[in-house]
Amino acid sequence: MDTAIEVHGLVVDRGGRPVLHGLDFAVRRGSVTGLLGPNGSGKTTLMRCVVGVQKVRAGTVTVLGEPAGAPALRQRVGYVTQAPSVYADLTVRENARYFAALYRLPRSAGDEAVRDVGLSDVAGQLVTALSGGERARASLACALLSRPELLVLDEPTVGQDPVVRQDLWRRFHALAESGTTLLVSSHVLDEAGRCDRLLLIRDGRLVADDTPDAVRRAAGASDLETAFLRIVQGEPRGPQTREAV
Amino acid sequence: MSVQVTLATAARILRQLRHDRRTVALILVVPTLLLTLLRFMFDAQPATFDRIALVMLGVFPFTMMFLLTSVAMLRERTSGTLERLLTTPIGKLDILLGYGLAFAVAAALQAAVASALAFWLLGLDTTGNPWLVGVIVVGNAVLGMALGLFVSAFARSEFQAVQFMPAVVLPQVLLCGLFVPREQMVGWLQAISDVLPMSYAVEALTEVGANAAATSLMWRDLAIIVAAAVIALMLGAATLRRRSP
Repeated sequence: MDTAIEVHGLVVDRGGRPVLHGLDFAVRRGSVTGLLGPNGSGKTTLMRCVVGVQKVRAGTVTVLGEPAGAPALRQRVGYVTQAPSVYADLTVRENARYFAALYRLPRSAGDEAVRDVGLSDVAGQLVTALSGGERARASLACALLSRPELLVLDEPTVGQDPVVRQDLWRRFHALAESGTTLLVSSHVLDEAGRCDRLLLIRDGRLVADDTPDAVRRAAGASDLETAFLRIVQGEPRGPQTREAV
Repeated sequence: MSVQVTLATAARILRQLRHDRRTVALILVVPTLLLTLLRFMFDAQPATFDRIALVMLGVFPFTMMFLLTSVAMLRERTSGTLERLLTTPIGKLDILLGYGLAFAVAAALQAAVASALAFWLLGLDTTGNPWLVGVIVVGNAVLGMALGLFVSAFARSEFQAVQFMPAVVLPQVLLCGLFVPREQMVGWLQAISDVLPMSYAVEALTEVGANAAATSLMWRDLAIIVAAAVIALMLGAATLRRRSP
C-alpha cells in the first residue's frame, strides 16, 4: 500500500456555502506534496479534512488506509495549523514536553524536537516573547516530536527568513526520504518547485495535480509563478495536464 | 482516557498559571481581603460575621474558579490549541479532568489561605469542624470550575465569557439564602433556588456552622454539589467536538 491520502468526491460546505466541490486525488507515501492556491481557495479546509477535524458533506478521505479522523490515526498524523497553536504562556520547552506527554513519549523527545527546529537558544523563553517565525517553529516542533507517518503543514514557512526556510525544506525532504509523507500548503512559489508533486486548487476545484515540471510545461510557462498565475486566472492550458490527471 | 495524560494536562495548566504571577497573587489575596473587610463591617456583631463569612468562604472560590476556567478554556478554544489537542491521542476526559484537577489544586490553595485567615486571624467561629468547611469550599470551587468549562462553549470572546459571571453566578448568590432565608421566599423563587447548586453549598456550610458533628443533611448537600459538578463536566465534554463545520 503506497498511497498515504486518497480523496474521492470530497464536498465541503462552510458557513452555508460550498467550499470544496468534489475533489479527487491521491498522495503517494514518502512524498512531499505542495498544496497551492489563491487565498480562500479551500487549502486549509482540505487540510482539515485530511486531519479529520472538518465536517464533510460528501465523499471519502482515506488516510494511511483508515478513514480520516479515525482514533488510530491520531498517533500517526501530525498537523500544524497556519496560526501557531502552542501555549503562549508556556516556554518552548514546556510546550514541547507537554505534547510529548500526550503521545506518551519521554521529555527528551520534546527537547530533541526543539533542537531540531533550531530553537535551543530560546527553549526557556515564553512563547509570547518569541518572534512570529520562532513561534511557527515552536508549533512545528510539537508536531515533529511524535514522528508521524503523515505530516500536514499549513503554511509552515510563513515569516521565516530564507536561511531557516531552506533548512526547513531540507528537513522536510529528509523526513520524506525516511518514509514520512508531507502535505504542505504554501504561498511561496519557489518553494513549490521543491515539492515532488503539486496540487493546485482554485475556488474549491482541483485545477492541476502533477509534478512541478509538468505544471510548468502544461501552462507553457518557464517558471512556476507564471504557471500558477495562468492556471489560477483560468487561461487556456496545454493538453498535458489533462492527460496527467 | 489515560492517567498519565490527565496528569500531564493538569501540570501544564498549573505551569501556565505559575507563569502568571499576578493571577496567582489575586487568587490568594482577594478572598482574604474581602473577608477582612467583612470582619470590620460586622465588628460589633460577631454572630452576623460568622454567618456571612462562612457563606462567603463558599462563594468567593466558586466565583473565581468559574471566571478563571471559563476564560482559560475560551483561550484554549480560540487560540487553536484545543483543536490541535483533539488531533492528538488525548481523550476529551483527559482535557476536562486535567482542568478539573489543576483548578481544584488552585481552589484548595485558595480555600486553605482564606479559611486559615478567617478562622485564626479574623476569629470566625463554627460549631462544626473547620476541616469540613474546607472540604465543602473546595467541592464548591470545583463546581464553579466545571460550570465555567461548560459555559465557555457559549462565549465567542473573553468579553462574553466574563459576562457569564453575573449571569450564572449572581443569581445563585442572590437566591442561596444569604439575603433572604430560602423558606421565606415565594414559591417560584424557592423552586429556582432549589435547582441552583449554590443553595446546597450554603446549606452545607450553615450546617457545619450550627452543628458540632457532620449532619446527614450536610453530606447530602455535599453529594449534590459533587453530582452537579460531574454533570457540568459531562455537559462540558459534550461541547468538545473533534469535527467542526
